Formats: sequence, structure tokens, C-alpha cells
Amino acid sequence: MIEGILIGLTTALTFQNIMMVMVGCFFGTIIGMLPGLGPMTAIALMIPITYGFDPATGLILMAGVYYGAVFGGSTSSILLNAPGVPGTVATSFDGYPMAQQGKAGKALAIAAWSSFAGGTLSAIYLLFMAPSLSKVSLSFRSPDYFALMILGLTAIAAFSSKGQFLKAMMMVVLGLMLASVGQDSLSDITRFTFNNMNLTDGISFVLVVMATFAMSEALTIILKRNDPTSAAKQVSLTELGSIKINKEERTKMYKSIPRSSVIGFLIGVLPGAGATIASFLAYGMERNVVSDEEKEKFGKGSVNGLSAPETANNAACSGSFVPMLTLGIPGSGTTAVMLGALLGFGVQPGPRLYMTNPEIFWSIIMSMYIGMVILLILNLPLIPYIARILAVPKNYLIPLILFFSVTGIYVMSFNNFDIYLMIGIAVVATFLRLYDFPMPPLILAFVLGGLMEENLRRSLLLSNGSWEFLWDRTLTACILATTILIVVWHIYKTFKRKN
Amino acid sequence: MNINTTKIISLLFFIFSAFYLYTAYQIQVFAFDENAPFNARTFPIYLGYAGLIFSGLKLILPEPNTIKVDHKNLEYKKTGILILIAIIYGATILKVGYFLTTSLFLFASYYFLGERRWILMFLLSFPFVAAFMYLLHGILDIYLRDPFLQSIGVMG
Repeated sequence: MIEGILIGLTTALTFQNIMMVMVGCFFGTIIGMLPGLGPMTAIALMIPITYGFDPATGLILMAGVYYGAVFGGSTSSILLNAPGVPGTVATSFDGYPMAQQGKAGKALAIAAWSSFAGGTLSAIYLLFMAPSLSKVSLSFRSPDYFALMILGLTAIAAFSSKGQFLKAMMMVVLGLMLASVGQDSLSDITRFTFNNMNLTDGISFVLVVMATFAMSEALTIILKRNDPTSAAKQVSLTELGSIKINKEERTKMYKSIPRSSVIGFLIGVLPGAGATIASFLAYGMERNVVSDEEKEKFGKGSVNGLSAPETANNAACSGSFVPMLTLGIPGSGTTAVMLGALLGFGVQPGPRLYMTNPEIFWSIIMSMYIGMVILLILNLPLIPYIARILAVPKNYLIPLILFFSVTGIYVMSFNNFDIYLMIGIAVVATFLRLYDFPMPPLILAFVLGGLMEENLRRSLLLSNGSWEFLWDRTLTACILATTILIVVWHIYKTFKRKN
Repeated sequence: MNINTTKIISLLFFIFSAFYLYTAYQIQVFAFDENAPFNARTFPIYLGYAGLIFSGLKLILPEPNTIKVDHKNLEYKKTGILILIAIIYGATILKVGYFLTTSLFLFASYYFLGERRWILMFLLSFPFVAAFMYLLHGILDIYLRDPFLQSIGVMG
């Protein structure tokens, strides 16, 4: 392994590769900040450029873009409540309220440090644990994945909105229903398209996330313009606040970062799970372990609530490289794009990759660490400039949010129908938000819908239609038991609060 | 009688789930797949029932803390205008082109939201869109369809 690390360091520390990490982080941050243009778009754009380089350099550039875009995505989550990627949805739960309280600079600094710590710690875990972790991730079967997704959805429904479990579960179902539109992945049979060709490929994630977050946020701000309770919030939005993190906040981060990095990394390793589940689970876990006083702050600008998902989503990014590099199974949608690029280079990922192409395997791991340092150096000094977006008056900011949302959809499909659909979903979402129906469960369910159906399909086919697969394996049963515990605990807490 | 809007939304969701479930049962599957443990309609059917159960529970269980929205303070008119402008924007963007429609959309939105600083409104619409187009089309090489700019020979 030492030899591999040295090979990796030698490759990663060449001038060209350091430049690639820097360029990747910089462009990734800018693209990730624009709602609708997330890491997948950014990496996809980079693929033609990377074919001019050797495989290691090309992948290093894409890894830099990935990290930069994830950080950029959290910036738009915090400042605009418009997550460009699903992995940063949980960041907006506490990041955006913090920005509304005039602490945007602080929220961005916490996000930057947490991302750095999460990414760095997971790069270290990856360094030492990659070979054995690939074996662990191999042991997961379809029933385990299905149970894990049920757990993720239940956890987000239970924690996203206090005392609104049924509303959140309705949003979960709505998200899954939206995900079921279009062709069935196995049989290609079209579902819920009503003979409309535009729906054959389903509804895109970017469309749903733009409609339910960015657009509906913009419409809600306009709708509540004269509301005296929201007027106060709008005034404070123009304040950036200090980027300094005080001792008390640092202490909270010291506690939150190690546990969130572990959960993020482990979830990232699981093929298909990725940063989204990691950030939601880390958020849920953090809420469970903090004091009752801190728990009350969740959703209102908690330091732990912001630090945990930010650490976890970056840790999951590193973790998601494990199944991609060792098994050839992408850990997330973004690594799936990178897997395509890897195959384009003529490199076949698999358990023998770090024996046949050690320079690729180890140089990516080494460049992850370098990338984290560069990301921090680039982004911390830029925070005051990035946060200036808040100073833009609402009369300008709202049309600009709508413009970015429509552009995000337009460049993807060149289709009027998608724009109408987005506006329609945004209007419904705005109305639902007025009555406290939470949107994050809808988004997570939408992202997981396809995977969930796929794993349920495999599980039911293997068990010949019997639901015994839910308790046949100890791992599946344990995950489902945790899900039941969360529901029971939530009902108990609601009952206790009522009394 | 004071009607609880959350209950009305739950009722609408219940009806929507019933319609979804009905449509799920209508999904045509291959003959050999009809009695398979899992086919294209299995997951949607479960979802339809889940929707009925959760919205049904929300309908029948008492509401612990009713959410009251003060409709008098809500800006329905401006929001409606903004949505209308966005729909017009969506309808014309392909035919007219990205630059002109986006610039006009931004300019009109600023105006209807009450902005009257004409120079700033102009700067944040036409030149801003041009710069953004250059970033997407010129630097990032993302294709942007624009018949208007093509017709005047600005875009190839």
C-alpha cells in the first residue's frame, strides 16, 4: 500500500495535476452555485476536455469539479434555498434559516470548514479502508438496499417537519409517484404519460428540484411580501454577518464532524446510496444525539444541523469512489458519469484496478486530499463576495432566480413542455408550502424512486413474490427495525409533547 | 363553518391517489408478465394505496395545530402576473430565441415587481443575459438555441 501511496503522490503532485484540481474546484464551485447546473452537468461538460489528457489527469480534473460543485451547491442552498444537487438539500434546512437571521457569512464558513473536514477525513478513511470496504459493500443485497431506502425516507419524514409526519409521508408518496412517470426501466412500458411523448423519459430531477425549491421559494417570497412576519426576515436577508466561527460553535462542530464523516463515508461506499442519503441520515442522526436545547434549534439555524449534512455529503463523495473504482458500480449519479468517462479511457474498473492501474487508483485518492485543501483556500476568502448575492434587492433577485431555474431546464431539454411543467409544479409546491407541507421528503423520494422500485423488483423476483425477504436476512431486518424504532420514537415524542 | 384547508388538501390528495391507483391498474403489461411477482404496474399500485392510506389518515385524524394563513396579506396579483410572464417566456423562448425572450422576461419582471430604476433594469437584463450567454455558449460550449440572433447574424 505504501508503494501505491507514493505512486499516487508522485502523480497527483505534478504541476499539471495540481492545476487540474485547482481549475476543477474553481469551475465546479461556480457551476455548482448556479441552481440547476449541478456536479453531473459540470462533469458531463468536462468529459470531452478530459479525453485530451491521460486517464489519471482526466479523472483528477473531474474529481475536482465534483468537490467544487458539491461545495457550490451548498452555497446556493444556504443563500437561496435552491439546492442545485440532491446532496445539498439537507444543508438548506439550517443553512437557509441561518442566512435569514443575518448569519449568511457564518453559515458559509461553517459549510466550508465542515466540507473540508468531511472530505479530508473520508480521504484518510479511503486510504486505509478501500480494499476491505469494497468487500463490505459487496455483501449488500437488493433487500438491504430497499430497506435502507425505506429507512432514509422515513427518517426524513420524521425529522423534516416537527409534528407533521403524515404531511411529510404524503410528500414522500407524491415524490415517488412523480418518479414513476415515464418508461419502466426493465420492460420499457410507458406509465402515467397519457400519450404525451414529452413524459416518456420521465420528469427530470433538475426540473422537480428547481420547481419545488428555487421557483416556489421565489413565488413564496413575492406572495408573502406584505406579510408582517416575513417582512422582518427580508430585512435581515441583506445582512451578511461575520464569517468568524466562535468557540461555542467550533466545539459543536468538533463533535458533529467526526461522527458525520463516518456515516457519510460508509453510506457513500454503498453503491447507489451516495451523498443524498448520507446527508439526510447524518442530519437525522445529529438531531438524535444533541441536547434537547440544541434539538429545538434544528430547522431554525442550528450549527450542528448545518455542519452534519455538509460533512456527510463531502465524506460520501469520497466514499462513492470506492465502489466505482473497485467494483465498477457507481456510488452516485455523478460517479456514474465518471464511470462512463473511465470506460472511455479504456480503463476497466474492478477489484484488480489498483493492481493493474495503481497510478489511477492512488492518484485519485491523493488528489482528493489536495482538492480539499485547494477548495478551502479558494472558497474561504471568497465567502464575503459569494454572499453578496444576498444584498441584491428582492425586485432583482426573484426574477434572477426564475431566470436561472428556466435556463437550467431550457439547456437540458429545449422543450416548452418542461418549462410549463416546472411552473405548474412550482405553483402547487408554493401552495403546499403555505400550509407547511415539507418539500425535502418529496425530493428525496423522487431521487430514490427508480432505485427503490429496482431493488423491490429484484427482491420480489428472487423471493418469488413473497415479502419474506424483509426479514430473511439479518441486515435487512436490522435496518427495518431501525425504521420502526424511528416511527415509534416519533409517535412517542408527539404524544409526549401533546401531554 | 370554518373549513380546514389542510383537510381539503388531504382530500384532494386522496382523490389524486385514487386516480393514480386507477391509472396504475390500467398500465398495459406484456402477457407473459401478467402474473409475474413484479411487473410495470406493481410499484405504482403500492404507491397508490400508500397515498390513500396517508391522506386518509390525515383526513380522519384530528389536526393538532391548525395552520392559519392570512390571505389578506398575500400578494396574489403580483404572484399571478409573475407566473403569467414566466408562462409567456416559456412559450416564446424556442421560437424567438434565448437572448431576446430572457432579456424581456427579466425586464418585465423587474417592472411588475415595482422597480423603476431604468438603467439598472436595462443593465440587469440585456447585457446581463448577453454575458451569461457568453459564459454558457462561448466558454462552457453549451448549445443555446437562438433563432433571433441567428437571423441577424450574431450567432452561428
